[in-house]
Amino acid sequence: MTDATHSFVSRTPIDPAPPPVLVGGPIAWIRDKLFSSVLNAVLTLIGIALIYLIVPPLVKFLITNAVWTGTDRDACLSERVGFQVGACWAYVADRFSYFVYGSYPVAERWRVDIVFVLGAIGIVWLLWLDAPRRDLGAGYFFLAFPVLGFILLIGGDYDFNRFVLGRLATSVPALWAWPIALDFGSVSFGSGIGGIIGGLFELVGAILSPFVGILAKLLALVLFPFAIVGAQLVKLGGSASFWSDFLLTAAIVTGLSALVGRAFGKTPREATLPSLVIFAGLGVMLFALSIDWGLEYVPTNLWGGILVTMVVSLVGIVFSLPVGILLALGRRSRLPIIRMFSVIFIEFVRGVPLITVLFMANTMLPLFLPGSASPDRLLRALVGVAMFASAYMAEVIRGGLQAMPKGQYEGAMSLGLGYWQMMRLIILPQALRIVIPGIVNTFIGLFKDTTLVFIVGIFDFLKTIDATLVDPTWATPTSRYTGYAFAAIFYFICCYGMSRYSLSVERRMAAGHKR
Amino acid sequence: MSSVPERPPARGSVLYDPKIRAVAYQVLLLAALGFLVYSATTNAIENLRAAKIASGFDFLGVTAGFDINQKLIYFDGAVSSYGRAFWVGLLNTLLVGAIGIVLATILGFIVGVARLSPNWIISKIAKWYVEVIRNLPLLLQLVFWYNAVLKPLPEPRNSVQLNGIRFGTPDFAGILWMIMAFGLSYALYVGAGRIGRNDTERQIGKVAAAIVAALGAWYLLPGIGILRPTEGGLFFLNNRGLYMPEPIFDEMARLLPRMLIVGVVLAFMFRRWARRRQSATGKQYPVGLVAIALILGLPALTWAALALFDVNPVTFRYATQGRFNLTGGMQIYPEFVALTFGLVIYTAAFIAEIVRAGIMAVSRGQTEAAGALGLRPGPTLRLVVIPQAMRVIIPPLTSQYLNLVKNSTLAVAIGYPDLVQIFAGTVLNQTGQAVEVLAITMAVYLTISLVTSAAMNIYNRRVAIVER
Repeated sequence: MTDATHSFVSRTPIDPAPPPVLVGGPIAWIRDKLFSSVLNAVLTLIGIALIYLIVPPLVKFLITNAVWTGTDRDACLSERVGFQVGACWAYVADRFSYFVYGSYPVAERWRVDIVFVLGAIGIVWLLWLDAPRRDLGAGYFFLAFPVLGFILLIGGDYDFNRFVLGRLATSVPALWAWPIALDFGSVSFGSGIGGIIGGLFELVGAILSPFVGILAKLLALVLFPFAIVGAQLVKLGGSASFWSDFLLTAAIVTGLSALVGRAFGKTPREATLPSLVIFAGLGVMLFALSIDWGLEYVPTNLWGGILVTMVVSLVGIVFSLPVGILLALGRRSRLPIIRMFSVIFIEFVRGVPLITVLFMANTMLPLFLPGSASPDRLLRALVGVAMFASAYMAEVIRGGLQAMPKGQYEGAMSLGLGYWQMMRLIILPQALRIVIPGIVNTFIGLFKDTTLVFIVGIFDFLKTIDATLVDPTWATPTSRYTGYAFAAIFYFICCYGMSRYSLSVERRMAAGHKR
Repeated sequence: MSSVPERPPARGSVLYDPKIRAVAYQVLLLAALGFLVYSATTNAIENLRAAKIASGFDFLGVTAGFDINQKLIYFDGAVSSYGRAFWVGLLNTLLVGAIGIVLATILGFIVGVARLSPNWIISKIAKWYVEVIRNLPLLLQLVFWYNAVLKPLPEPRNSVQLNGIRFGTPDFAGILWMIMAFGLSYALYVGAGRIGRNDTERQIGKVAAAIVAALGAWYLLPGIGILRPTEGGLFFLNNRGLYMPEPIFDEMARLLPRMLIVGVVLAFMFRRWARRRQSATGKQYPVGLVAIALILGLPALTWAALALFDVNPVTFRYATQGRFNLTGGMQIYPEFVALTFGLVIYTAAFIAEIVRAGIMAVSRGQTEAAGALGLRPGPTLRLVVIPQAMRVIIPPLTSQYLNLVKNSTLAVAIGYPDLVQIFAGTVLNQTGQAVEVLAITMAVYLTISLVTSAAMNIYNRRVAIVER
């Protein structure tokens, strides 16, 4: 070190810098977060103005100026009460049971309550990641709960008249006559582009119908003996013929699978077990539906309110998850036709608005079913919602499947597991776990979308609110706002709660991966 | 080496062959599908015959017999066909989609950036906006805007009248005044940036510039004849909608869009030139400012020049209050307002989340590196952060745009005449030809979706990071 002789080197120590004005405490926080610069200060003022414009009137409307008790509209009229009335909660309290159950008979509403409790148990069982035996929970939620809920809500004592064989009896003769029934010539397509499309249709029809006709006739020949048996069963009539039909079908299918299994070199037990289990399960479910439990029959047009909202969204999730898994597997399958089918279904449904799917289910489903069978209105909407939700669910699950490292697949295969064993034991348990947040988010979307069934004339929660607004008993200037505020609070609590849950799962899994 | 014994080929049935199994599975699926399609078509044909509904597309040429309030093309229920009703509906859907997308993008970006703002109040407001709006069903929001906000507005005879300023013919001196006012504002803005010693001083200068510009517009424009205060109302708001001045275009008005096109072309040419110059000399040019000046300035100058010769290319017809109703003016229907409002507010909440995620996806290192290179916060955002964030933002943004278009079908709940309401609603009910009508409707939405996602795939391939 030489002497510092350069002029730019200071010889006197500089004064220590003054201590920072404030680094902690509320004032420092305000300076840092709200008034750090001119622009920031202006933004803060704008923000305060916004809050001032929104929050006090809202609090005034919802709480301070609200009317909480009363028996009819007089309680909520400003000129009667003497002050500017805000929300008329008395109206919500009075119609509350209608909002929850719709027109469901009052004496039978305990059944709905039980279904709500059963559903809550299933949801908590599945969503609580540390719950015991979540596999059982899945079985409960996807099999036992739908059957139980359906019996409780509609009342059981369901009258089945035909099973597979009985249906074959009527459809095989039609199958034999296929190309005559499909006559594109009778469909007119108009002129111009319509004419060209029509011509193309006719051309395709003319080329295909001989092949299709021959195939249909071959199929009809194969099915012919079963159709004869079915016709005899139909003649027996009544619900007795349904069960004999069911048992015969089970026996035939099990026998066939035993034969095929033999050709595959499996033991008789291995070959027949799946079919027996499926038919036994199906039989128990159908039998439970057909028993007269002594419950009053409640047709679906009496259902309404939160009950319908819950039914639509739960049916959506219960169907869309298994179907979505199958579609996602199909989309990643190596088999071209299966892959193409999955891709077309998923992209078609995701490409069109839910409303059009609902319209389709509502108007086209009755067309596509044989003449007399006009399905229930609620059922039509449920079919539409289930289709729609499945396509979205499939994409979420595909995300999980793609996130699995290739080593998991290779490891499973090197252990000698078959495709279904690999999926069931190795891939799906991990993939589904990853996508729980995605599934919950899809469910939130589905839950919000259930309001759309309103448009096809089903009394969901929103529609019941709309329906009470025309009732003169509670016709006040603020009833409409109160009703909408109530709906908003309900949907917000449900959706916000679910999104919090999915965030917490995400965080938990992120922590697991971080190490 | 030869210790591995030759294994005989595995014995067993051909049914073990994965190929044969694959074929078998697919044939099964095809057979099931074929049976479904077969029974559906035969049943449908049978049912249609029983209901005496003619199938085919001939109905498109039949006279509609119903009227539509909002139409962008000529439509008269007494003479126009169902086919024309389809086009009216499609155009209405596209209109609400286009306007909704533009507004939702603007609002969404503002809210998304606000969520990341260091200002505590602003970020909290943005957060709660997103949380509340995302967690309420869109249908509830739409019926709220329509039934609870727009319907209780007063009858036409008691319209809410918004007085304002009307466009007049500017004179030459007025234009000079205007240019001077905005010039002063611009000088203040630039001067503040140059002279200000610290951030606070610079920002005060900028705020002052904005105030001068606003005052200039507020006081000078009416005084010089471009805008005049009105005696009657300019806007009328009632439960039949919003009445606005209707622009009437003169012969010479054709010049304006032409000049706009010239401006766009010139702006592109300037950009090309500026890029070439920059790569040759390293000098940067204010491409954005010049482009705005060209694109907006050319039509404005044309308008001013025409005004010098006492030609006014655009005049307005104002709505006037009659005894029971309003006459004249441009009527914007409450259904349209409610639908656009609802869709914009709903979609913006989702776009805000996408924007936030996109900006957060750009690692801090990028900002810090830009700072180390000496870039100031503005250019850092513009040149480093946003281009990288856009790569993350654009794909989900497009799917939100598609969602907006698909969600616009909820119009049917409030009676806005979009494709679904007119075609899958009224036309379907009148003709009963569910299969054809729904097929056409779904095909329209499917086409929009598939074309957009195809374009998106091409874009993604172009902007994807090429690694190693």
